[in-house]
Amino acid sequence: MELTRRKILAVGSGALVFTSLSGLPAFANLADDAIASLTGGKEIGEGAISLTAPEIAENGNTVPISVDAPGAVSVTLFADGNPVPSVATFKFGPLSASRSASTRIRLASTQNVIAIAQMEDGSFQKASSNVKVTIGGCGG
Amino acid sequence: MASGVKPRVKVPKKASAGETITIKTLISHKMESGQRKDDDGNVIPRSIINRFTADFNDQNVIDVTLEPAISTNPYFQFDAVVPESGEFKFTWYDDDGSVYETAKKIKVS
Repeated sequence: MELTRRKILAVGSGALVFTSLSGLPAFANLADDAIASLTGGKEIGEGAISLTAPEIAENGNTVPISVDAPGAVSVTLFADGNPVPSVATFKFGPLSASRSASTRIRLASTQNVIAIAQMEDGSFQKASSNVKVTIGGCGG
Repeated sequence: MASGVKPRVKVPKKASAGETITIKTLISHKMESGQRKDDDGNVIPRSIINRFTADFNDQNVIDVTLEPAISTNPYFQFDAVVPESGEFKFTWYDDDGSVYETAKKIKVS
């Protein structure tokens, strides 16, 4: 087979696509695994809860996040691009009023923040938000 | 025990019965994530607050499990219902076993 310039380029870009495909989802899988172990593989609905996060966070060390989940028993936050995807779990007690909470979290890079809420009937609800991070918050 | 830990809590002094009030809490803590390295390349060991609870008259309001991804000086804002006069109790649990507590009274009319 004669290797022309065009063929070399085609082979090269094919290899590139392959490596980026196999490399990227490694982080996302960590978060997916964590979510699956939380829900026990149950189906996750969407739309009943809301997650508020900034579109662009200049400093990944303190990203304000708030979650509003009416009717939820507990809410777990995940960040799918962090070295450890779980962020926090909020369990709401009998005197909790609106089942909402705000906090500040660390994000290593641009990624999705995901909230999974367990509702009173045992079902799960999800909300997610993409946050662009200018300076990562994991030190190093 | 981590040094310079100081809890701060904001609770309204008065409320009417059954009213929803907003509570803000902040505790100064460095929340070392266990991901950072010092100048010699050694990993700085993890040292964070791993749990926070708020109770009103021995009834739970919120119970939070914290992971290293929570920022330095963990801040929480949440809502509570106050059925009668009483005391809010806030507790933070450190990785090293220390427990930090603070309490705030509220008058319900």
